[in-house]
Amino acid sequence: MIQAPELPLWGALIVALLLLLGAAITLIGSIGLLRLRSFQQRMHAPTLGSTLGTGSILLGSMICFSLLQSRLAIHEILVALFLTLTTPVGFMLLARAALFRSRERAGAIPDQPPRQGETKRVE
Amino acid sequence: MSTMLLAWAITAAQVILGAAIACSFWRLVQGPRAQDRVLGFDTLYVNVMLVIITLGVQTGRMVYYEAALVIALLGFSTTVALAKFLMRGEVIE
Repeated sequence: MIQAPELPLWGALIVALLLLLGAAITLIGSIGLLRLRSFQQRMHAPTLGSTLGTGSILLGSMICFSLLQSRLAIHEILVALFLTLTTPVGFMLLARAALFRSRERAGAIPDQPPRQGETKRVE
Repeated sequence: MSTMLLAWAITAAQVILGAAIACSFWRLVQGPRAQDRVLGFDTLYVNVMLVIITLGVQTGRMVYYEAALVIALLGFSTTVALAKFLMRGEVIE
């Protein structure tokens, strides 16, 4: 399935370069996710794909649609904005959960206090 | 000429993104602990969303953009819910 929209040569060059760059950066991030050793190291790698990779692919898509419709079509900026806002929040929650779980496995958290609204069970 | 160049570039980008999906899927399957699997899933949905955006460039239709937006929204809430579950053992307290 090889097809593409009709763009002028300079537009096609820019869009092709941006798409290839974004895909390559995303691949580097995913290889890092696969190859790095500890969880704290692995957490850094995929952010490459979710910031710069996504950014350049979305920029290429924006340029392509703007040229196709011969007006400014930048609705893809919503996806970029949303990912930029949400990726740090999700990864920060995940890092805290991972820290908690590794400390729990190491035995650093012996007895948890009862949660709010929950009475401690008497045995 | 320019159409052929763009077509080959889009196909190459899709193949590269497919390799990235394979890497993150392998981390999702293999991951030594649960947090590694969640991290692999997060990377997986971002990569799939990028493939869908390149499909949108390939066909020149708007439908793919909406699918990508829905994937981004649902993927974030899935990651947050899974991280909360790993932290406390329940999602909503």
